[in-house]
Amino acid sequence: MSFFATFGLWMAVFFTLSIFSFLYKDNPFYKFAEQVFVGLSAAYWLVYLFYSIMLPNLFNKLLSDFSGNLILLVPAALGLMMLIRLIPKAQWVSRYPIAILIGTSAGINMVRYAKSDLLSQISATMINPFSASNLSGIIGNFLLIIGTVCGVYFFYFSKKQDGFSTVPSKLGIWFLMVSFGASFGYTVMARISLLIGRLEFLLKDWLHIIK
Amino acid sequence: MKRNIPLILAFITGILVVISEFIPHRPFSMMITTLQDWFMIISGFAILLGQISLFQSNLARIKAREEGWYFYLAGLISFCLMLGFGLLWGTQEFKGLAGHGSNVQNWLGNKPFDYLFEYAYMPLSATLFSLLAFFIASAAYRAFIIRSFESNLLMITAVIVILGRTSFGGMLTSWLPENLKFWHLPNLSDFIMEFPNSAAQRAIMISAALGIIGSSLRIILGIERSYLGGDK
Amino acid sequence: MSANPNSLLERRIVFLLLFVAVTIPLIFPIGWKTEVSGYAKMAWELIEATPDSSVVIFSFDYDPSTMTELQPMAEAMLHHAFSRNQKVMAMALWPQGAQMADQAFGKALESFPEKKYGVDYVNVGYKVAGIVAIQSMGRNMAEVFPTDQRGTKYAELHMLKKIRTLKDIGYVNSLSSGTPGIKEWVMAARDAYGTPVTGGTTAVSAPGLLPYVNSQKQLHGLLGGLKAASEYETLIDKIGTATVKMDAQSIAHLLILIFIALGNIRAFWAKKRRKA
Repeated sequence: MSFFATFGLWMAVFFTLSIFSFLYKDNPFYKFAEQVFVGLSAAYWLVYLFYSIMLPNLFNKLLSDFSGNLILLVPAALGLMMLIRLIPKAQWVSRYPIAILIGTSAGINMVRYAKSDLLSQISATMINPFSASNLSGIIGNFLLIIGTVCGVYFFYFSKKQDGFSTVPSKLGIWFLMVSFGASFGYTVMARISLLIGRLEFLLKDWLHIIK
Repeated sequence: MKRNIPLILAFITGILVVISEFIPHRPFSMMITTLQDWFMIISGFAILLGQISLFQSNLARIKAREEGWYFYLAGLISFCLMLGFGLLWGTQEFKGLAGHGSNVQNWLGNKPFDYLFEYAYMPLSATLFSLLAFFIASAAYRAFIIRSFESNLLMITAVIVILGRTSFGGMLTSWLPENLKFWHLPNLSDFIMEFPNSAAQRAIMISAALGIIGSSLRIILGIERSYLGGDK
Repeated sequence: MSANPNSLLERRIVFLLLFVAVTIPLIFPIGWKTEVSGYAKMAWELIEATPDSSVVIFSFDYDPSTMTELQPMAEAMLHHAFSRNQKVMAMALWPQGAQMADQAFGKALESFPEKKYGVDYVNVGYKVAGIVAIQSMGRNMAEVFPTDQRGTKYAELHMLKKIRTLKDIGYVNSLSSGTPGIKEWVMAARDAYGTPVTGGTTAVSAPGLLPYVNSQKQLHGLLGGLKAASEYETLIDKIGTATVKMDAQSIAHLLILIFIALGNIRAFWAKKRRKA
């Protein structure tokens, strides 16, 4: 292994152990590693922003064919107006590009969520529960329909729920609790996986205890 | 002008997007393509704004010699180093302002930007998130207590899923006969995910979608104005 | 507010036990087998059924913090796509994804050294603006990606000559750990343009995305977490990086269950003492 590769490996180990040291208690090594991460992360975003978006989608187009891409001066100007937000007295100028971003996002969200998260989900609930090939599938389909309806009913807060109308709400809560339990199980799996990755690095790449 | 023109712009762009969904032909298709291209460029500047703000706030802390200012200095130095390397010699694929820096590459074994990414950024990022495993173990011991029927449901489901999503769980119930295969832990876990979990998550999705549609309409129609900030 | 010394000690014991529970199976593997779930099988079937020479998109929408879960999925699915002679167009909706893609290709090319850049695979890199970028791809791909990461113009990339919009793509495989990710691909690619979408995600996000695996086929299967990555490796007959970690995963899960049990026993005795 070359000197710089070895140095890099030890740097990686130093940072890994510095972060893990937080488990004992907060300390200067952890704080140092945390701030270095913030700095590297910010710079990474900027570099890729420059090479992946600014250069190909804006600067190169303007430099190669300025007259044919004059219209790109408009988003460039709007982008610069966004940066004026850094000057407190002239912050209002940044409202124009922000409004364009917000308006576009609102329009896209309205349409996309209506199709994917509302209509398609409702259609997917309107199934024939007996279409499953076995008993567990049929029971499952019934659970799917009842659970979805009761769950949506639980989130209806515009009218006070009392008397019989609390029954579907209660059922909805039970389904939500099952879902949260499942989510907790998956979250445990996710977190443990990340730890396994780091320990594998320490045991394999650094200490060579595992192959 | 300071508030009305942004509201008009939000309205026009929002309505344009909605109309182009239903009339995907000219001129709306051209207008929406242009708008989407502009969106990507302006978003890029928004990210740049965020990074400059971060730089400024760190600099202010260092100048004011706040407690732990030297850590912020370390953050700034790492920011400048990574940015400098990236712009000077580029990344694995991109050429920098000073070319590909083959001499530096031969010396270091990699471009400086990629070197820092592999040996500093990646370990830091991965390790920071791996800390959560310890906290979830601690939470499982201290906070995950059965108190009611609902928390009982949550617990039982969590136990089935935690066991079912491991190889050990499959081994535990592999002896079950064919007619009881439903109770085989991985199968039971998959059943829970496919039916009751999907039902509840779907309910959340539908309710959230209704909320998002409502708030998007409010933004487009200018009823929701919080994104403009408080100044006149 | 000072921490209770007993409580601090308990916490550190919990941390130490977890550390040991994960380390020992990594050093001394047990070799438990993984069973394949229906969701992983669905994702596998989509890639298996897509015709030879189809251009497909692999979107690397994650960063190094979740690579333990997602990188094995990326490598396994890429291996499968290459074995089916599909042309892979890699892209990223997260800036770090572009480098994750390079690493995945590096691994895949060890098994498929004959694959040529520009002919069998390309990396067009990162694009900002998530769902807006995907919608733009549905109208004009070359507009969104004027060049690939190496600076080659879109029109000069051999495998992308016939690809004008998302409708020309065989399927999209999004490996995502958050937003933008699979949800945006389902909304903007599948529901807007009909392009089939499959993907892999972290275990944290999987329960919330499962409703998209439905009769409307918004999602063709979903890999959720390290176990799903291990399942996919089983499906392609490969012992990859996910499978070797499953023993440690299993032991750690058992330990978590023991912690839950101990915590409840402790709470039960404390309640009994208070009543007495």
